[in-house]
Amino acid sequence: MTGASDIRDELPAHLPALRAFAISLTRNMATADDLVQDTIVKAWSNIDKFTPGTDLRAWLFTILRNTFFSDRRKRKREVADPDGIHAQGLFEKPHHDGRLAFADFSRAFDELSPEHREVLILVGANGYSCEEAAEMMGVAVGTVKSRTSRARARLARLLGLAEGEDILGQEAAGTLSVMSRSGSQAA
Amino acid sequence: MTPNMTGSQQKSSLQQQIDENLKRVYDEALKERIPDHFLQLLAQLREKETGQ
Repeated sequence: MTGASDIRDELPAHLPALRAFAISLTRNMATADDLVQDTIVKAWSNIDKFTPGTDLRAWLFTILRNTFFSDRRKRKREVADPDGIHAQGLFEKPHHDGRLAFADFSRAFDELSPEHREVLILVGANGYSCEEAAEMMGVAVGTVKSRTSRARARLARLLGLAEGEDILGQEAAGTLSVMSRSGSQAA
Repeated sequence: MTPNMTGSQQKSSLQQQIDENLKRVYDEALKERIPDHFLQLLAQLREKETGQ
């Protein structure tokens, strides 16, 4: 923080996180690596724009996601339809123990739009606050909040869990709510 | 963070399990070996700068 050392010496330490974020966004190793490479070069040459004492990783994430979304806008041709065919329930119900199978979860995550994956990885997996995520994404805090809940709801839907359905919470209650559908109304 | 659980417990349990799986998605990606060419790229950038 004295300025005596070059903050760029810290870049290697952030490579795994950067790459993991890139993989999460793109779901494609080759695209992820291109993205990380572009991010490294941009970060290197724009290091004077980094405010010392602030979160370097968040700054790098910002560069990476901006690069990703602007590249994507340029390419525009293969725009995935987030409400399209893939969004319809393709997954089996969770096992009877109520735990989500990770393979199913992974597939559902792949089906999400990159915007939804982004917000879930920042807030859900990395534990950034909505305020921090909003800053990185360049949107309002309210947008982060609503996008996060929409992304969670879509995940739940892809996994065959209607919102409000309690399968994950309590095994017994979950089983009951499933069973009650075929019968009459349960209390 | 906050020990104060106000919202519905069930909802936070669904959310919690989604978050656990999200962390796992991210952690799996974190475990991927970093290709050498990223470090080489950093070394090249440094070299180019000090070489000037």
